[in-house]
Amino acid sequence: MKEVNWMAGGPQGAGVDSAANIFGRACGYGGLYVFGRREYHSNIKGLHSYFHLRVSPHEVLANVNDVDLLAAFDAETVVRHMDEVVHGGGIIVDKDQYSMKVLDIPTLPPEFKDELTINVDEKAVGETLGDFLDYAKKKGIQVFPVPYLDLLKRIAQKLGIDKISRVTRMVNVLAVGVSFTILGYDENLVEKAVTAIFSEKPKVVEMNILAVREAYDYAEQTFKGGFRHRLEKAEWNEERLFVSGNQAVAMGKVLGGCRIQTYYPITPAADESEYLEAHEILKTSSGNGAIIVIQTEDEIAAVNSASGAALTGARAATSTSGPGFALMVEGLSWAGNCEVPLVITYYQRGAPATGLPTRHGQSDLMFALHAGHGEFPRVVLASGDIRECFYDAAKAFNYAEKYQLPVIHLIDKAMANCSQTYPVFETGHFKIDRGDVADEQALVGQVYKRFSLTETGVSPRVLLGTKNGVHWYTGDEHNEYGHISEEPANRTLMMDKRMKKLELVDKETPLGEKINFFGDRHAENLVVSWGSPKGAIIEAMDALTSEGFSLGFMQVRMMHPLPREYIYETLAVAEKIIDVEGNYVGQLAGVIKEQTGISASHYLLKYTGRPMTTTEVYDGLKSILLGQAPVRQVLRYGS
Amino acid sequence: MDPEVSHFKTDVFVDWCPGCGNFGILNALQTAFAELGLEPHQVVMVSGIGCSGKEPHYMGVYGVHTLHGRVLPFATGIKIANPQLEVVAVGGDGDGLGIGAGHFVNAGRRNLHITYIIHDNGVYGLTKGQASPTLRLGLKTKALAKPNMNDAVNPIALALVTGYTFVARSYAYDFRHLKDIIKAAIRHKGLALIDCLQPCPTYNDINTKEWYAGEDRIDSKTGKPQPRLYKLEGTDYDPVVHDLNEDFQKKMAALDKAREWGDRIPIGVFYRNDFQSTFTERISERIPFYQENPPAKQRISDENGFSTAELQEFFNELKTT
Repeated sequence: MKEVNWMAGGPQGAGVDSAANIFGRACGYGGLYVFGRREYHSNIKGLHSYFHLRVSPHEVLANVNDVDLLAAFDAETVVRHMDEVVHGGGIIVDKDQYSMKVLDIPTLPPEFKDELTINVDEKAVGETLGDFLDYAKKKGIQVFPVPYLDLLKRIAQKLGIDKISRVTRMVNVLAVGVSFTILGYDENLVEKAVTAIFSEKPKVVEMNILAVREAYDYAEQTFKGGFRHRLEKAEWNEERLFVSGNQAVAMGKVLGGCRIQTYYPITPAADESEYLEAHEILKTSSGNGAIIVIQTEDEIAAVNSASGAALTGARAATSTSGPGFALMVEGLSWAGNCEVPLVITYYQRGAPATGLPTRHGQSDLMFALHAGHGEFPRVVLASGDIRECFYDAAKAFNYAEKYQLPVIHLIDKAMANCSQTYPVFETGHFKIDRGDVADEQALVGQVYKRFSLTETGVSPRVLLGTKNGVHWYTGDEHNEYGHISEEPANRTLMMDKRMKKLELVDKETPLGEKINFFGDRHAENLVVSWGSPKGAIIEAMDALTSEGFSLGFMQVRMMHPLPREYIYETLAVAEKIIDVEGNYVGQLAGVIKEQTGISASHYLLKYTGRPMTTTEVYDGLKSILLGQAPVRQVLRYGS
Repeated sequence: MDPEVSHFKTDVFVDWCPGCGNFGILNALQTAFAELGLEPHQVVMVSGIGCSGKEPHYMGVYGVHTLHGRVLPFATGIKIANPQLEVVAVGGDGDGLGIGAGHFVNAGRRNLHITYIIHDNGVYGLTKGQASPTLRLGLKTKALAKPNMNDAVNPIALALVTGYTFVARSYAYDFRHLKDIIKAAIRHKGLALIDCLQPCPTYNDINTKEWYAGEDRIDSKTGKPQPRLYKLEGTDYDPVVHDLNEDFQKKMAALDKAREWGDRIPIGVFYRNDFQSTFTERISERIPFYQENPPAKQRISDENGFSTAELQEFFNELKTT
């Protein structure tokens, strides 16, 4: 089987996510790998959303530009995504909407209507959805009209429901059912997915299974012409997960011993906290366990409550996005000064200001590195895929406690809301390192100094409430006891003590936790990146390598302290240095230049609010390798 | 000196201005802790920024001197992570009712067992005497260039309508009264506010010690000053909610009392409600073992250092096999 790219789209609130979840799971049950990307507006109901699933018998790491089968719940989905459907692909569409004039679709934004008007006028496509579909047919796309309303009526009748409004939401499952029929996929696996997803609501399972069957019956009878793309079960013998970045971070935190999470609602971070709260009672080998999730009144409270909790010895984290992190900055500085093991999970989204609240962005690297007044040590980690999100979320607490400093874990919207198939995450090897903690017995007969000056800069920590260990914290500069001190000599000693912990982090952290290197270590051409472009870069690089190009890829994971020597040595011998990231200025390239003096020779940047696809990264890299590209290329794919 | 009280002192030089009301609060706190039989390590004092922010450094208990306005978020995190700790929060009126007003309000919604003492002197002392949120409209204290253009927040009324279950006022120079109020507040299992009136001898030249003592109000018959402060304890005012049905009525009565200012200023307990659930109880309803095994006490690694968390149930939900 070749890979299949399936996209479902419709108004928000119409069940696009559930459709994608059912589709992805059903594929998983057949041994297929799935990569899914979720796109939605900052809106509750009505505006366009879609989910693009790439399905393959082999591991898939990113989206591509092509759509093989588009399951449209409404007219807008057709006009927005028609151009992405490949020659030989198909569109499933509501039969009842053929006569709709596309320019009358009320949810289309004016900028998009302008583009559409050009199509209507210049390409002489025609005004109605039917005209658009005829145009698609001329371009070699199959159209599969489905009378959703008739099918829903039939379902309602069978269920003995007299109000059609009670079943209209199942357009999504009908679209899934029709899709799988056209793709020739085993119906049992679809029903299994429906059963699993709605397992807590037997009535919903029953209704949706009926819908799947109706869809199969209808599509089998109606669409007999065949379809070029097929989904076939694959052989596999391992346990796998279909997991999103939000879920992976949440599970990683549990593994890492996080027992308090604070948050203030913000996209795309809040899903993680909600998921944790829904799973607050934990299974642990030490008996009772629970994670407490606190929704605070704002992000200022979130960060400071997390710091307070961390001082008691609970592993504590807060989770936010750009606007929330901006509010946390003073608290971050306090945590740095007071050497608090605080973990902040930072989901980047389109910025500045409110920016693109539900869309992707990677423009907060500089902010995460520099946020906070004054100089204090911090660790900044950046995950590159969902599996890394899981392990980094766990490891962040080890860095935080071992070195007694705030850790910022950078993620982005692409990872947060993408879902991917992985073999079940291995957890048996994960160790907890709580650093140097002095307990009641160790303190007997001592006068404890919280900020004692040590060779490494790390002082033994005592948790609030420990007998014999009374001490003080203050955001002021302080002496070894934690009392305020403005003395210049003490100030210098304390600054040195805190800042030298960074050297220790750098020295003690294995290279494999700081950098991933893919491909030929001595390749002439080197891609440098961080965060979610990873998957697209690896796939593009594999393709280019098989075409004979010499290419390596350095993914930076520890953004601070930056492994500058390794980066310097690696970049110094490269001919072309290609910086790939989701922002305007090339922030990583800037940091590398600052710390190594080496500049990138080429940039592939994207700031549309959408993640990079393998297709566009491949095209962009190839043009650079062929010497046909300008220094700076801006990628634009995706609606 | 009482040996128990000495446990709650440090040898850090107390750098407040001579005559500062903070001295009274500090002494009352130390004595209250001793009389309650608390051990130093059981208590965490959390403070904001300003003169009162330094208070924990003068106390021989765990001290967390935080950020301006953020006393309650820190205290909240500490208390939830380890409900076995006695958490006392202190801060100025500007800290709690200006920059931290949002936290003041939202803390009431949780009703955690925390004692919060607002050092209420009407001015921002450490920044040299600007008007604070409790300074009345039109007053011009000596550091102000012009009279105050903002009206005052009423901390008692605000606490009453936001869910505080113990609401009291005391006076920094009435050691015994303040100490007893602090003890009652600490014993109270929910969120307690003490609005502690205090002169700022350096910057508030209106609400001075003499003003509170009524030295500008000489009784023509006795020739003695008529103090402005009077104790609710000496009246027939009953602040306690005896059953839930009278809660509204008690709150309204307390709000009415909170309006008194000027020549007659009540101190004492305005309102106490032991029925409202605390945040600790609300968590315990969902997590029955929470109080015995709170986040700060949970064992997260085994003897070999491996994480104790078992993720099988998480994985089962997400499995596609």
